[in-house]
Amino acid sequence: MAVERTQGSGSYGTSRTVLVVSLIGLVLAAIGISILIDKQGGQKLLASVYDLFGNSAGAEALRNGQGDQFFAKLLLVAIALFVGVGGIWLLFTGVSALVERLRPALRDRLLPLVFIAPAVVLLGIYLVYPAVRTIIGSFQDENGAFTLANWASLATPPFLEILRNNVLWLVIGTSGSVGLGLLTAALFDRIRRESLAKIFVFTPLAISLVGATVIWKFVYAWQPASQPQFGLLNAIWTGLPFGFQPIPWATQFPINLPSEMLILIWLQTGFAMVVFSAAIKGVSSEIIEAARLDGANERQLFRKVIVPMIRGTIVTVTTTVAIVTLKIFDIVMSVSGGRNHDDVVAVRMFAEMFQFFNDGRAAALATVLFIAVLPVMIVNLRNFRRQAAM
Amino acid sequence: MTAPSEPIAASKERTRFWRAPMLDSLPLRISVLVICFLWTLPTAGLFISSFRNPQLITQTGWWTALIHPFDQGWTLQNYQQVIGSNGMGEAFLNSLIVTIPATVIPITIAAFAAYAFAWIPFRGRGILFIIVVALLVVPLQMALIPVLQLYSGLGLYGTFVGVWLAHTAFGLPLAIFLLYNFMSQLPRDLFESAAIDGASAFQTFTRIVLPLSIPALGAFAIFQFLWVWNDLLVALVFLGPGADVRVMPTALFNLLGAYGGAWHLLTAGAFLTMIVPLVVFLALQRAFVRGILAGSVK
Repeated sequence: MAVERTQGSGSYGTSRTVLVVSLIGLVLAAIGISILIDKQGGQKLLASVYDLFGNSAGAEALRNGQGDQFFAKLLLVAIALFVGVGGIWLLFTGVSALVERLRPALRDRLLPLVFIAPAVVLLGIYLVYPAVRTIIGSFQDENGAFTLANWASLATPPFLEILRNNVLWLVIGTSGSVGLGLLTAALFDRIRRESLAKIFVFTPLAISLVGATVIWKFVYAWQPASQPQFGLLNAIWTGLPFGFQPIPWATQFPINLPSEMLILIWLQTGFAMVVFSAAIKGVSSEIIEAARLDGANERQLFRKVIVPMIRGTIVTVTTTVAIVTLKIFDIVMSVSGGRNHDDVVAVRMFAEMFQFFNDGRAAALATVLFIAVLPVMIVNLRNFRRQAAM
Repeated sequence: MTAPSEPIAASKERTRFWRAPMLDSLPLRISVLVICFLWTLPTAGLFISSFRNPQLITQTGWWTALIHPFDQGWTLQNYQQVIGSNGMGEAFLNSLIVTIPATVIPITIAAFAAYAFAWIPFRGRGILFIIVVALLVVPLQMALIPVLQLYSGLGLYGTFVGVWLAHTAFGLPLAIFLLYNFMSQLPRDLFESAAIDGASAFQTFTRIVLPLSIPALGAFAIFQFLWVWNDLLVALVFLGPGADVRVMPTALFNLLGAYGGAWHLLTAGAFLTMIVPLVVFLALQRAFVRGILAGSVK
C-alpha cells in the first residue's frame, strides 16, 4: 500500500532543518571519503592540523612517514566511522527530505526509488554485471577473442584433481558437519544443562577459518621422530603402544585432505547443531508420545520419527553447508596454498588471478562454482514463487 | 527460499516426553562431556601456548604446562611482539575500520530496500525481488575479476571505501531477504494509522518500521559483523597485503606464510584475531541464533 501523507500536515517544519543539516553532513562525508581513498590520508590530515597549530616539525615528520603515526591512524578510524556509519544515514535522510518537498504525486513515485536505488545499483555493479562478465570472460582469451581453451584446460589432470578435491569436500565436509550436528543436537537435547553444553560446540563458529586453521595446524604439528612431538595428535599417535612414526597430518597427501576437512567440520557442526536442536524442539510431543506408546525405543524414535519430521530442516542445513564447502578457500589457502595435491577451485582461481594472471581460466573456475549452485538457486526461486502465490 | 518448513521456535510448548527416559543417564552424560572436551581442546592448547616461553612451545607439548605450571616462564612477550613488530596492532584498527561500516552500511541500505519491497508498491517490484532471491546463492567468486578491474580503473583497490562497498554488496541479498521476511509480517494497521496521522514514508520507516525491526536488524548485524571480521578472501583480493590496510585475517595469514614454524607468534596472533568475535558472539548469542534460524544461505 502507498503511504500517503495527508495534505497540509504540520510536520513540514522539521524537514528544512533536516535537509540543511544532512546536506552539510554529506559534504563532510564526501571530504572524509577523499581522505580515506588517499593512501596517506590520515597522515596528511593530521599534518595539516599540526601546521595549523604551528607544530611544523610534527607535520614534517608525519609527511615523511614518521612521528605520530598512531594518532594519524586513530584519526582515520574516527573519520571512517563517521563516513561509513553516518554517511549512509545522511544520504537517505537528505535525499528523502529533498524528495518530500516535491509535489505529492511526484513524491510518491520517487520515494520508493530513493529507498531501493542504492541496493539496486550496488547489486547491479557488484553482482549482476560481474556475473555476466565472468561467464563471458570464461570464453575469452587475453585479447578478448572467443576461445574454449579455458574450459578445455579444466579437463587436464591438474584441474581434474582440483575438481575431485572439491567433490570430496562437498561429500565429506557436508556429511560430517550435518551428521555430527544431528548427533550432538539429539544427545544434548536430553541433558539438563543443554544450553551450556551447546556453547562448547557452537563457539568455534565465531572464529575465522584462518584462526581455526592455526589452531588445527598446531594440533597437527609434526616433528621428526627423534624429537619430542609438541603437536597433540602426533604426541598421542606416537605415544600409543604400537611404535607408530609421527605423521605430517596437515601436509602429507592424502591424509591432509581429511585433516583439512576436519577443521571445517569442527567449525560447522555447531551451526548444524543449533538449527537441528531448534527443529527437534518443534516436533510435537503428542507424536512422540504416541510413538512411545506404540512401543518405539529411543533409537527407533529418533530414526523413524524425529528424523523424518525434521527432514525439511536437514535439507536446508545440508544445502547451506554444501555451499560453504563448495566455495572453500581460507582453510586450503592457509594450510598449504593447495600445493600438496589438496588444491580446490577457489584457491586455484585466486592463483590464476594473482600468480598466473590468467583471468580467462579464473573466470572459468568461478563459473564452475556458479554452475554447481544453480540447482539451489532454481529451488529457491521455485519455493519463493510458491510462497508469493499464497 | 530454503527456509525450514517445521515450526522452529515452539520451545515454550514443549514438554519433556522426549527427554524423560534417558534424562541424564550416566553414559549419556559421559559422552556429552567427552564431546565438549574434544571440541574445546584444540582452542585451549592454542590459548595456553600463547602465554608460554617461545623456546618451550616447540620443545614440550602445551599439556606439560598444565602438569608443571610453575616452571614454564609464563610471558606476555609473544603478544607484545606480534602486536608491535608483526603489525597485529595496526591490523586490529584496520579490522575495526573495515568491519563496523561494512556492517552498518548494508543493514541501512537493506532496511530501506526491504521496507519498500514489503510496503510500497512500485513498478518492477516483483521482478527486482526475484533477482534478489536469485542472487542469494551466487558465489562471490563470480564478482572478483570484473570488480577488481573496475577498482583498478577507479583507484579503489586497496582502499577502505572499496572494501566497504564490496562487503556491502555481497551482504545485501541476504540482508534484504531476511529483513523483507520480517517487515512484511508487520501488521497492516500500523501503516494505515501512520498514514492517517500524516507521517511520510520516511517518517513511517524511521519511527515505526525500524524500531519494530530491531530483532531482525540485530540478528543480521551480528551475522555480517562476524562474516566481515573473519573474511580472508575479500580482504586479500580488494585490500591486498599492504601493512597500512591489511586486516587481522590477512595479517595472520601472512604470519602463517612467513613464519610457519614461529608458534609463539602464531598462537598469540590467532588468539588476538579471535577476541572480538568471541566477545560479540558470546554476549549476543541469542540474537545470533535467531539470525541463523531465520535463514542461513551465505
